[in-house]
Amino acid sequence: MSHGKLIVSLSPHVSSPDHVRRIMLDVVLALLPAALWSVYLFGFQAVRVIFVSVAACVICEYCIQRFLLKVPSSVDDGAAVVTGLLLAFNLPSNIPNWMIVVGGFVAIAIAKMTFGGIGNNPFNPALVGRVFMLISFPVAMTSWPVPLANRGQMIDAVTAATPLSIAKEGLKNGIASDQLMASLPNYWDLLIGQRGGCLGEVSVLLLSLGGLYLLYRKVIQLEIPLAVISSVFIFSGILWMVNPQTNMSPLFHILTGGIFLGAIFMATDMVTSPMTPAGMIIFGIAIGILTVVIRVFGAYPEGMSFAILIMNAFVPLIDRFTKPQKYGKLKHG
Amino acid sequence: MQKKFRIKTFPAGGVHVDECKFSAQRPIESLPLPGVVTTPVLQHFGAAATPIVKAGDRVKTGQVIAQANGFLSVNIHATIAGTVARIDEAMDVSGYKRPVIVINADGEDWVEGVDLSRTLKRKVELSSVEIIKKVQQDGLVGLGGAGFPVHVKLSPVAGKRADVLLINGAECEPYLTCDHRLMVEKGPEILVGVVILMKALNVSRAVIGIEWNKQDAIAHLSALASDFDGIDVVALKACYPQGAEKQLIEALIGKQVPIGGLPIDAGCVVQNIATAFAVYESIQKNKPLVERIVTVAGEDLKKPSNFRVRLGTSMAALIEAAGGLPESTGKIISGGPMMGKALNMLDIPVIKTTSGILVMPQERSKRDPVVNCIRCARCVKHCPLGLEPYLLMNLAEKERFEDAENEVVMNCCECGTCAYVCPAKRPLLDYIRLAKTFITQRRKEKAVK
Amino acid sequence: MMQTILLSILLLSAIGVLSGVVLYLVARKFHIVEDPRIDTVQAILPGVNCGGCGYPGCRKFAEACVNSKDLDKLFCPVGGNTCMAQVATALGIEVVERDAMIAVVRCNGSLRNRPRTNKYDGTTWCKIVHNLYAGETGCSFGCLGFGDCVKACKFGAIAVDPETQLPVVDEEKCVACGACVKACPRQLIELRFKGKEGHRIFVCCRNPEKGSVARKNCSVACIGCGKCFKVCEFGAITMGTNLAYIDFKKCTLCQKCVGQCPTGAIHEIHHAKKV
Repeated sequence: MSHGKLIVSLSPHVSSPDHVRRIMLDVVLALLPAALWSVYLFGFQAVRVIFVSVAACVICEYCIQRFLLKVPSSVDDGAAVVTGLLLAFNLPSNIPNWMIVVGGFVAIAIAKMTFGGIGNNPFNPALVGRVFMLISFPVAMTSWPVPLANRGQMIDAVTAATPLSIAKEGLKNGIASDQLMASLPNYWDLLIGQRGGCLGEVSVLLLSLGGLYLLYRKVIQLEIPLAVISSVFIFSGILWMVNPQTNMSPLFHILTGGIFLGAIFMATDMVTSPMTPAGMIIFGIAIGILTVVIRVFGAYPEGMSFAILIMNAFVPLIDRFTKPQKYGKLKHG
Repeated sequence: MQKKFRIKTFPAGGVHVDECKFSAQRPIESLPLPGVVTTPVLQHFGAAATPIVKAGDRVKTGQVIAQANGFLSVNIHATIAGTVARIDEAMDVSGYKRPVIVINADGEDWVEGVDLSRTLKRKVELSSVEIIKKVQQDGLVGLGGAGFPVHVKLSPVAGKRADVLLINGAECEPYLTCDHRLMVEKGPEILVGVVILMKALNVSRAVIGIEWNKQDAIAHLSALASDFDGIDVVALKACYPQGAEKQLIEALIGKQVPIGGLPIDAGCVVQNIATAFAVYESIQKNKPLVERIVTVAGEDLKKPSNFRVRLGTSMAALIEAAGGLPESTGKIISGGPMMGKALNMLDIPVIKTTSGILVMPQERSKRDPVVNCIRCARCVKHCPLGLEPYLLMNLAEKERFEDAENEVVMNCCECGTCAYVCPAKRPLLDYIRLAKTFITQRRKEKAVK
Repeated sequence: MMQTILLSILLLSAIGVLSGVVLYLVARKFHIVEDPRIDTVQAILPGVNCGGCGYPGCRKFAEACVNSKDLDKLFCPVGGNTCMAQVATALGIEVVERDAMIAVVRCNGSLRNRPRTNKYDGTTWCKIVHNLYAGETGCSFGCLGFGDCVKACKFGAIAVDPETQLPVVDEEKCVACGACVKACPRQLIELRFKGKEGHRIFVCCRNPEKGSVARKNCSVACIGCGKCFKVCEFGAITMGTNLAYIDFKKCTLCQKCVGQCPTGAIHEIHHAKKV
C-alpha cells in the first residue's frame, strides 16, 4: 500500500491486456513478410526507403510534441512507426531521401499533428503523405525499378512501368485487353509478387498473410477488406462483361495496384474508418467503386489512395447513419 | 455429464474476462460469531428503515431492530444477540457515513419461532399474498448486488403479467464463487425457494441460468430439478456480463426489456439464486435475513474462501479469517472487479448486498495512463446494450449532457465492459457516470418545478 | 483573344452588380428592427459572455436592461458598479451602487490540517469523486481538491495551491460571477462581500458532524461550540447542526469572534494589511 494507504477508484478495477502499443506491433508484424519480400526484390534500396521513412515520421512526431507542443512524446505507442512503414510501402525503391522526408513531414505534421495527434485525424496520414508526394513529384513517384535485375541500385536503375500503368496506356491506345495480358506478368506472378511497383504493393500473397494475422489478433475486421476487394472485383467485372476488349479482367484489377495493400492496411486504419460493421461495409463498397471509376475513367492508372481519402471524409456521416442498434428499441412479442 | 447442454448467451456485445475462480472448490465455512456488529439501516434500494431500538436495549438474533419505511423498504434484523451499544453514523460501502445500529454481542439467542433444523421442508403452506408479506417482514432483498426489495418484484403490477421466473445463477464477475458454492451445497433448498417464488408470482415456469464454468452446479441442479414441475436449468456461456439482468433475460427467453421499462414488461421476473435460498429460509424456516455467503479472494491472499457470515461483521474480520491482509495490497473491493466498489478503509460492515471482498495487489491497483481515443470501436462492439461509449465520454467531457441523453446514456447499466476492453485505457465509465449524474440531477430539478 | 477577355470581364461584373443589388434588397426586406439602445448598452458591457448576470450572454443582458424600468435586479459582476452606472446614464434610469463581492472558499482542510487516509486514482473531477465517496480524507464535507472550480472559472481567478491542495481565489481577478459556486459539488464556495479594503470574516468550515468527530479528521474544523455566537453583538452568527455561520450582510467586522474560536475555524482576511 502506498504509505499504508488504500487506493480508491471507480470500477472497473481490471482491464484487458490490450494496448495501443500492442495493436501497432501487430500491424508491424503483419507487414513484415511483405517488407522482407520487398528487400528480396529491390535490395538495399528497400531497406533505405523503409528506414528513412520510419525515421522521418518518428523524429517529426517527437520534435513536434516535445519542442512545439511541450508535452511528453507519445512516439512509444508505435503509431508513427506504422505510418512510416505504410508510407514506405507506397513508394518506389529509387525515390530520393529528401522526398521521403517531405512525405513523412506531410504525413505526420500536417495530416496528423495539426488535427490533435493520434485519434483526431480525419484522413489516413500515410495516404496523405503519399498523395502529396505523387502530386508534387510525379516523375519520381511513377518510375519503378525493375525488380531483381536492378536489386540495390538507385541512380542507374532501369525502370519500367507497373502492369497497371502498362494496361492503362495500352487500353488508351486501343490495344485489346487480351493482347495486353500476353505481355504482362501472369496471374500467378501478380499474386506472389514477381513484378514491379511500390515496395509494399507487389506481393498480394504475403499481404494476405499479414491480413490473416491481423484478423486473428482482432486488429482488423473482415468487413472492410472483403467489401473493398469484392466491390472492385464486381464493379470491374461488370465493366469487363460489357466490353471485354477495352477493359481488363476483374482478377487483373484486384491483383494489381495497391488493392490488397489498401484494403487490408490502409482502409482499415482504425482512426479513419467507420465504427460499426454496417458502416464498414458501406465504406468498403464505396472505396471499391471509386477505385475502379478512377482507374477506368480517370487520368490516373491507380485510384485506391484517392478513393480511400475521399471516403475518409465521409466517415463521420457514415457513422451518424449507421449507429448500432440500441437495446430495448426492438419490438418484441 | 449425462445430459447434453445447449449453451445460450445474449446476442450482442460482452467480453470474456479472466475468471480467476480461485475459491470455486472451497466449501462454505461458517465464521465464528462476531463480537460486535454494525448494521446500516439502508442496505437495500429504497427508503432507509427506521430504528425501533435504542442504546441499552437487549435484542435477540432475528429480532426486528429497524422498521420498513413505506412500500419500497424492508425490515432490518439483529444478526446476533446482545445489547444495542449506540445508534450512530459509520462509514459503509457507499463511501459516506450512514446511520447504523451497533450491537455488542453476548452469545447466540434466537427469537421464538425460528426453525434452525437442517431438514428439507418441501411443502409450501403459505399463500401467494402471505409469501409477499413475509419476505418484506423478513428483510429480503436481492442478494445479487442491487438490493431491490423482493416483495416489490413479487407484487402484482396493474396491467402487466409475468409468465416466467428467471433465476440468476450466472455469477459472471471474476473471483466470486459464493453463488456457485451455494448451488452445489444447498441445491434442494434453492429449488424449494424457486417453487415458493413461482407460487408468489403465480407462474408455472422457472428457468435457472448458470454459466458454463460451473458445470458441477449445472449437473447437480439439473438432476434435482427433474423432481420439480416447471423448473429448467439452462447453461450459459461464460461471457461478461451474462448475469446482468437485461442480458440474462435475452439469453434465457430471447426477449428485450424496452428502454425505460422493467423485466415485467418482457413478461418475466428475475431473482438471484442466493435470494431464492433466502426465500426458502424465510418462508419454510421462519428465519429472517441475518447472514449470507461472502467470497474473499485475491491473488496474494493466503486462503481464498467462501464464508457464511452474519451481516454487520466487519470486513476486516473476514480478511483475517482468509489469512490476513497481504503486504502487497493496493485496493480492497467490495463485490467483483468489474462493478465492485473500492473501499477507503478496512473496517466496513458486510451488508445484504456484499457478495465478495477482493484484495488486489499494488501493481494491479493503479490505472494505466490515458491515451487519445484511437476509434478502434471495441467499446461499441462489446457494449451489451448497443451504446457508443467513446461518443458518450466525448460528450460528457465537453459537458454536452443533453446530447448524451439523446444517445440514451441513461440506458447504461455500468457493467464496465467498455472500459475493460479499451486499448487506450480511457476512463469511459467515469465520464458516463458523470453524464448520468448530471442528467438525473436535472430531471429532479425539473420534477420539482 | 481580346474578345474573350472583354466578355469575361463584362460577364463577371454583371454578376457582381446583380448579386450586390439582390443582397441589398434582401437585407432591406428582412431587416429586423431592434431597439438601437440595445447596441449602445452592449457596447458598454465587458462582452465576456460569462453568464454571471444570470443571462445567456451580454446581448441578452443588454436587452433585459433596455426592457426594464430600473436596474434593481440587474447587475453585471464583471463590469461592476462603474459599468452599471454607465448603463444607467445611457438609458436615463436610476441605479443603486452595490457592494463588491468575491468568491470565498469555506474550507481550510489543507494537507497539514486534514491528513489523507487513502489515495484516489482516476479521473480528477470533483463531481465524479463526490459521487464515489467521501474523498481522500475522513471529512466527507471538505474540499476534494481536484479543481472543478478552476475548470469553471473563465477569468483565471482561482487555482489549486499544490502545497495545501485547496483552491485560492485571486482578489484582483475574481468578478464574483458565481461559476465556481455552481461547480463545487459540496457547495464550499460562497459569494460574500469583498469588504472595505478587502476585509472579511467567515467560518472556514461546512462540517455538521459532532465536534469530536469533525476534529478527529481535521484540526481546524468548526466544532459547533457556540463561543462565537455568544460573543457576537450584531446577531450575525447563527448556529446550525454543530456548525457556525457568519452572515456577511450583518457582520460589522468587529473581529470579536475571531479570537474566541478554539480551533481557528473562523478566518479573517485583510487585503490591505498583508499578514
